[in-house]
Amino acid sequence: MADRYNPAGANLETTVLGADEIILNMGPQHPSTHGVLRVKLRLDGEKVVGSECVIGYLHRGVEKIAEHRSYQQFAPYVDRMDYVAAVSNGLGYCEAVEKLLGAEAPPRARVIRTILTELQRIASHLFWLGTHALDIGALTPLFYCLREREEILKIFEKYCGARLTTHAFRIGGLQYEAYDELEKDVERFCKEFDKRVDEYEALLTENRIWVGRTKGIGILTTEAAIAMGVTGPVLRASGVQWDIRKAMPYAAYDQYEFSIPTGKNGDTYDRYLVRLEEMRQSRKICLQAIENIPPGPIMGKVGKVLKPPPGEVYHSIEAPKGELGYYIVSDGTTQPYRVRIRPPSLINLEALDQMIRGHLVADVVAVIGTLDIVLGEVDR
Amino acid sequence: MLDQVVFYFFAVLAVASAILVVTRRNAVQSAIFLVTALLATAGIFLNLNAEFLFIVQVILYAGGIMVLFVFVIMLVNIDVALHQVQFNRQWFVALIITAVLAAQVVAAIAVSRGSLYTMPAAPAGTLEPNTERVAFVLFHTYMLPFEIASILLLVAMVGAVVMAKKRV
Amino acid sequence: MNAIMPYVFPVLFALVIVALLPLVAGYIVLMERKVMADMQVRLGPMRVGPHGLLQPIADAVKLLLKEDIIPENADRLVFWGAPLISVTTAMLALAALPIGPFFQIADLNIGLLFILGISSLGIFGTVLGGWASNSHYSLLGALRSAAQLVSYETSAGMAIVGALLLAGTLSTRGIVQAQSDTGWWFIFVAPVGFFIYLVASIAETNRAPFDMPEAESELVAGYMTEYSGFRWALYFLAEYTNMIVVASIATTLFLGGWLRPFANTRALNFLDYLPPLLMVWVAGYCFRRTPKQPVAVQKMFMAAVGVLCIVLAGVLAMPLVAPAGSLLASSKAGIHGAFWFLFKVGAYIYVFMWLRFTFPRYRFDQLMRLGWQFLVPLSIVNVMGIGLGLALHRQLNWPNGLSLPLGNALTAVAAAYLLSAAEKHEHPRVGEEEEETPVHA
Repeated sequence: MADRYNPAGANLETTVLGADEIILNMGPQHPSTHGVLRVKLRLDGEKVVGSECVIGYLHRGVEKIAEHRSYQQFAPYVDRMDYVAAVSNGLGYCEAVEKLLGAEAPPRARVIRTILTELQRIASHLFWLGTHALDIGALTPLFYCLREREEILKIFEKYCGARLTTHAFRIGGLQYEAYDELEKDVERFCKEFDKRVDEYEALLTENRIWVGRTKGIGILTTEAAIAMGVTGPVLRASGVQWDIRKAMPYAAYDQYEFSIPTGKNGDTYDRYLVRLEEMRQSRKICLQAIENIPPGPIMGKVGKVLKPPPGEVYHSIEAPKGELGYYIVSDGTTQPYRVRIRPPSLINLEALDQMIRGHLVADVVAVIGTLDIVLGEVDR
Repeated sequence: MLDQVVFYFFAVLAVASAILVVTRRNAVQSAIFLVTALLATAGIFLNLNAEFLFIVQVILYAGGIMVLFVFVIMLVNIDVALHQVQFNRQWFVALIITAVLAAQVVAAIAVSRGSLYTMPAAPAGTLEPNTERVAFVLFHTYMLPFEIASILLLVAMVGAVVMAKKRV
Repeated sequence: MNAIMPYVFPVLFALVIVALLPLVAGYIVLMERKVMADMQVRLGPMRVGPHGLLQPIADAVKLLLKEDIIPENADRLVFWGAPLISVTTAMLALAALPIGPFFQIADLNIGLLFILGISSLGIFGTVLGGWASNSHYSLLGALRSAAQLVSYETSAGMAIVGALLLAGTLSTRGIVQAQSDTGWWFIFVAPVGFFIYLVASIAETNRAPFDMPEAESELVAGYMTEYSGFRWALYFLAEYTNMIVVASIATTLFLGGWLRPFANTRALNFLDYLPPLLMVWVAGYCFRRTPKQPVAVQKMFMAAVGVLCIVLAGVLAMPLVAPAGSLLASSKAGIHGAFWFLFKVGAYIYVFMWLRFTFPRYRFDQLMRLGWQFLVPLSIVNVMGIGLGLALHRQLNWPNGLSLPLGNALTAVAAAYLLSAAEKHEHPRVGEEEEETPVHA
C-alpha cells in the first residue's frame, strides 16, 4: 500500500466514481506555495486523497556552513533561514552559544532583545496574515498588514541599519546601544497597533466567506498535533498550552505578564484567532518592556575569540512559527563541530498531508498558508 | 427584396452547417456547427417577425442545451473519437430512408403546386408583440395542457436528480 | 431615402458604442486599479500620463505588440474564434440597452430576453477557448466558469422576472417608463430581488468573491491561461463589457434607468444642476493638480482633461439655461438621461470593485451551494412574493403600499430560513474523512 505518494501506507479507498486519480504538481512555481515548495497531490476530482511534499529547492547547507565558520561568523547565516523573522533566529543562536560558553547577556541587553524579538513576532504574524488572506482571496489585508510591518522594520532599521536580515544581536549581548527614541517609537507603534488588529478582525473574523473557508479546514487534533511534534501557534490552536517563553523562560520573558492563547478545534480558523491574539500579547509584552529598560552594559564578558569548552548544548526559543532549536556540539576549537537546527516550519509542514486529506484543492492553499512556513527555514 | 436576401442567407447557413455537423470528425467542431445551424434558424424566425420564438430558440437551444452538449463533449476524450470509424454499416439503410423522405417532399410540392397558399407578409410595425400573444395562448386557451407538460418536466427533473444522486 | 432613414441612427449609435467600448473598458480597468489602490493605502498607476490617465492606452498598445502565441497542440481555428464569440455576444447585448430615452440602438419588445439570451451565448467563448487551449488548467477553468455561469443565470433570470412582473413589459424602455410612472424605482419595491440580482450578477461576470475561474492562487488564470497578447485582451474586453451589461440591466430594471433621483418631485428639480456642477468640480480638481505635474506634456494633458470636463459641464448645463420650448431645452431628457444612466452604471460597477477588495474568495463547492441552495430558492420565493403582492393589489384592491411590502417580507422570511438551514449544514463536512486517517507517528 505504501508508495511514494502515500508514504505512511494509509488505506486510501478506491474513489467513489472509480475514475482515475490524477496527480497534480503544485509548485515549485506556484503563486501560493510561499516560495519553492512543491506538493504532489493525488486527486480524486478536486478532492485530495494523498500528498507528498518535495522540499529542498532552497537548500543552502546552512548547517554545514557552520562547521567552517567561527561562532561569530556563523551568526548572520541564521538570519537567512526564516528571513521573515530574522531577529528571532539570531536570538536563538546567540543564546545557544552563550549557554555553551556559560556566559550570560546583561539584563539591559536581555530586555532590548525581548522587545525586538516580540516586534519581530508581530511582524512575522502580520506577514503571515496578509499572505494567508491573499491566498484565500482577500486582497486588501495584505496591504494593511505590510503597512504596520513597515513600521516595525523602520524600528529595526533605526536600531541596526538593516530591515530584513538584521543580525541584530551578538553573542554575549548587543553590539549597538538602543537608539534614543526606541521606547517612544515602540510605544507609538503599540498604541496604533491595537486599533489596527481590530481593523483586521473587522475585515475577516466575522466574515461569512472567511469563516466558511477556514472553519473546519485542516483540522489537527490535540493528539495528532503532539504526535507530529508541531509547535508554535499550530500546536496551541490544537488546544495545547505550550509556549517556551513560559515553559522555559529565556531572555527577559520571566519578568512580563502575558497569556498563551489556545484554540479548541485545531482548524484553520482557530490558528488564525490564536495568531491574532498572539500579536496582541506581544504588543502587551513590548509595552511592559519599554516601561523599564534597566541601565547598564549591553555586552556580557565574552572574549574576542570564542572558544567554548568541549561539550554540547540544546537551546530552543519560541520563534514566531514555533520551537526553534539549536543543537551545537563544540570540540573546543573556534568553530562548532556540528550545528543542528530544529526549524519549526519543517516540522509543522510534516502535518500538511494529514491536514489536507479529504479537502479540496482550494483548501490546500488555505492550509499551506495557515501553517505559516518559510521555505528558507524548511530547506535551510 | 431585403427579406429574401436575409432568408436565403440564413437558410444556406443553416443547411451548410447542418451538413458540416454530420461530416466533421471532431465532436467539438460538430457542436459548433450545430450551434450555428440553430442560430441560423433563429435568424429565420426573426425575419418572420417571430421575436419570441427567436429568443426562445437562442436561449433554450443555443444557450441551454448546446452548452450542456459542449460540456459533455469536453469531458470525452476526443483523440479516441477521432480515430473511430465514422460511418457504420447502416449507412445504406439511412441513405434509402433519406431518399424516400426527399421524394415525399418533392412529390408533395409537385402535387399541390398551384394550390399552395402563401400568406402575404404583414406590413412592418403592425404586428402586436407576440410575447403577449404566446403568453395569452399558453395561460388561457391551453392552460391545462401547459400545466400537464410542466408537471411532466418536473417529474423528469426530479427523476434525473434521484437517479444521479448516489448517497442521500 | 425613406427606407434607409430608420437605420441611420441605430447604425450611428452602434458604431459609437463599438468604437468607444474598448476605451471605456480600458478606463474601467484604470478605475478599478485606482479604487483598489485607494482601498489599499497606495496610489495605483501614476506614471503614464497624469495620475495614470494614459495607462489604459499604454496597456492596449503593449497588448497589441505582444507576440501572439498559439499553443502547439491547440485547435487553431477554435482557439482563434473563441475570444471573438465572447466579445461579439457581449457587445450585441448592449444593443437593447437604453442609455437615456433617445440613445438606444433598438427598442425591442423582447428587450430583456434578448439581452439575457445573447449574453448566455458568451459562455461558448469561455468553454471553447478553454478547450481549444489543450491545457488542464484552461479546461478546468472553463468548465468551472461555465458551471458557475449556468448556475447563477438561473437566479439572475428569476430576479429579473420579479421586476418584469412589476413593469409588465419586456421592453427596456417600457421598464424605465413604468418606474417613471409610479415614481418608485423597483429597488425600493423589490429590494430582495435587487439583492439577488446583485449577487448573481457578480457571480455571472466571474468577479470576486466568486472569481473561481480565475482563482489566481489555484488555477492561475482559468480559461485564459494559454491566451496572450490581443486575444487575451479580447477576453478581457468581453469580461468588462459583460460587467457593463449586467450593470446596465440592474440600472434599467432596479435603479430607474435614465431617471434622475426623485424625477417626479418638482421641489427637487434643483438636482438637475448636480451633473454640470459635478463636472465643474472635477474640472476644478484637474486644474488644481495641473501645476503639480512633473512634465510639461503632463501639465498640458491634465489641463486638457479639465477643459474636457468644462465642455461636458457646458453640454449638461445648456438645456437647463436654454429658454423653455426650444430644441435645446427639449434635449435635456436625452443629455441628462445619458448622464444619470452612466452614473448609475458606474456606481454599480464601483460596488463590484468594493466587494472584490473586501471579501475573501468562496470555494467552488460553497459557491455552488450558495447558488443552488440559497439564491435559486430565494429568487423563486421572490417571484411568488411579488406576484402575491400584485395579485392582492389588482384582485382585492389592497393598496400597493401594503401588498408589495408583504410580498417582500415573505421573501425576507424565506431568506432567513434558508440562511439558518445552511448554517446547520455547513460545517460538519470535514470531520468524516479526517478522523478515518490514522495518525502515523
